[in-house]
Amino acid sequence: MIIRNGKVVLKNSVEQKDILIANGKIAKIADSIPANGDKEIDAKGLYVFPGLIDMHVHLRDPGYEYKEDIESGSKAAVKGGFTQICCMPNTAPIMDNKVVVSYVKHRAQEVGLCKVHPIGAITKGEKGEQLADIGEMKKAGAVAISDDGVSVKSSRLMRLAMEYASGFGVKCLCHCEDKELVDGGVCNEGLSSTIAGLKGIPRAAEDICIARDIALAESLDVPVHICHVSTHSGVRLIRDAKRAGVKVTAETCPHYFAVTDEIITSFDTNTKVNPPIREEIDKQAILQGLKDGTLDCIVTDHAPHHINDKNVEYNQAAFGISGIETSFGFAVTYLYKTGVLSLNELADRMSYAPAKILGLDGGEIKEGGVADLTLADLDEKWVVDPANFISKGKNNPFKGMELSGVVKYTLVDGDVKYEA
Amino acid sequence: MLKRKDLLGLIDATREEITEILDTADRMKRHLKAGEKNLSYLKGKTATILFYENSTRTRTSFELAAKYLGATVINIAAGSSSVAKGETLVDTGKTLDAQLNDFLVMRHPMGGAPYLLAKTVKAGVLNAGDGMNEHPTQALLDMLTMREHFGTLEGLKVAIVGDIKHSRVAKSNLFGLRAMGADVYMYAPETLIPKGIDKLGAKLCSSREEALENADVVMGLRIQLERQQAGNFPSLNEYAEFYGVNGRQLALAKPNAIVMHPGPVNRGVELTGKVIDHDKSRIEDQVFSGIAVRMAALYLLNEYREYTK
Repeated sequence: MIIRNGKVVLKNSVEQKDILIANGKIAKIADSIPANGDKEIDAKGLYVFPGLIDMHVHLRDPGYEYKEDIESGSKAAVKGGFTQICCMPNTAPIMDNKVVVSYVKHRAQEVGLCKVHPIGAITKGEKGEQLADIGEMKKAGAVAISDDGVSVKSSRLMRLAMEYASGFGVKCLCHCEDKELVDGGVCNEGLSSTIAGLKGIPRAAEDICIARDIALAESLDVPVHICHVSTHSGVRLIRDAKRAGVKVTAETCPHYFAVTDEIITSFDTNTKVNPPIREEIDKQAILQGLKDGTLDCIVTDHAPHHINDKNVEYNQAAFGISGIETSFGFAVTYLYKTGVLSLNELADRMSYAPAKILGLDGGEIKEGGVADLTLADLDEKWVVDPANFISKGKNNPFKGMELSGVVKYTLVDGDVKYEA
Repeated sequence: MLKRKDLLGLIDATREEITEILDTADRMKRHLKAGEKNLSYLKGKTATILFYENSTRTRTSFELAAKYLGATVINIAAGSSSVAKGETLVDTGKTLDAQLNDFLVMRHPMGGAPYLLAKTVKAGVLNAGDGMNEHPTQALLDMLTMREHFGTLEGLKVAIVGDIKHSRVAKSNLFGLRAMGADVYMYAPETLIPKGIDKLGAKLCSSREEALENADVVMGLRIQLERQQAGNFPSLNEYAEFYGVNGRQLALAKPNAIVMHPGPVNRGVELTGKVIDHDKSRIEDQVFSGIAVRMAALYLLNEYREYTK
């Protein structure tokens, strides 16, 4: 396979190059590669990114296949430009053992679209009481552990989890939420929650847990990763910790850098997400955090739900946004087109950084590297319509929003897995 | 004409709309005072009153209002427990629509629920209170009571004292009174002030005196015992001492001031018995205004339904 005339987003530059792919690897990157009879893709006018990696998605399989399954989630992922995704363990049963980890890996290979890396639970049943079999899950293919959806309430157990997992080179991905402070809240606490008369969630509910997990990482000298940062104060805590040398990394999501919580006053339950969409000051800090690298990467927290989980009262609705098909468009529109990130930085936040955080193969276009590639037209505009999603989850509040950036091809190990 | 299918809140209500509702309510009062309780404005129409929360005052007020207008009225006391289990609100709404209801009056413990119902059904939806969001007919009856006493709402100083945070009454009053040109002063324990309420036009006071001084209207809000249990304030005793209104504080208000309360009152907590029974008290007038305002709301929504048929 040869990809011709694409503008290739390399680690530190963007150059028009041809790319020769052989045996799933990038064999050569050169100004001009002679035809060799292989299939060719004319990438004129397209940008070639290292295959996008989303280290935080929910595939709902096993157990909630009516919301999403590994096949529909994988199809949606490659359409969104993702070549590798990491799926959270809040399935049914909870992915807290090697059997479920093996099932997910095996099923994903059967589907054979993007690479799917399971994230095991930190505690058995995500109950926060006993450690899950972290070593066995790692051996079965888990790339990290997380009790995503809830925080490990006990600081003592969290400390033990981080300490024990570090012996296996496994990172804790921390969902930071003090449930007592959340106290039944359904949206950000502020003017918008007051206007809507909905119970708000203060920033402190997230910040307290971020601070705790940073403190644990510092005192144990182990790495920690903070999930879906939504608060300006959380960004500051992470920035300060990084400056002090704490081994902390962090992620955020498109809905935190693109919009503010005014959208909840429509009572559209698709705006209900955890942590909640916050205010302008937070959005600005998230943008700054992405720019200066405090926030290492962009994830979707793709949380597909059935309409029955959303077509109810706001308080009753499930938390979560189905976002894997809009993530790249959000990044191009709200980060690249606005000048917040260069293309190299965008590739870093959506590919290189997550690969590095989890030790995945990929994240960079280089000779000898894996041929996971995302080809996109950055100028083509499109309008979000969840009805057209491949994901079973149509729960996305951005219907009608115009985005720039269309994924044209997604290649995994040199094979075209998606073509627009 | 009130060009609305539903009456969900006063957040977007204009001065003209509120004036029209209050003027119509005045008309309804004249009917009632003339002993006319068998009107035929809503003859042949059906209203279902759907309460997912306990209430006596508002439920009977809506029921009587619809009956006085000649409508057929059905009452469903759904109870809050049936929200979590059983039929979804959307399915309930579809059922009620299929039964040819013209109006659905709903009280619901969750903010925004009437918006979901209104989006689902063809029937006109009247919000009888949704969580911490709005209680538009309560604010309208409060404004009707005030307008009767003062002749206008423009420039009035309305002091609202109590649990602002959980009060849909306070919020609807804030929206409505601001639209009508009144000033709304609020005073409450810091734990019971919702974030950003000042940005919606409320004047937050730093003392009870600041709120009550030269007030035209003193409005107490019911304090729910569960708020104390949840730790929002230490005891009812302390609440009454620092946030209750007694005769001495009432004297700070203007000589012509009135006292209001959406009820039911905790005597001796938010208002002392002396204040409740004071000749400035308009608490009973509020109840009568309630029927008139709800008749007006049903009448106007029906008028628009007929017009758009």
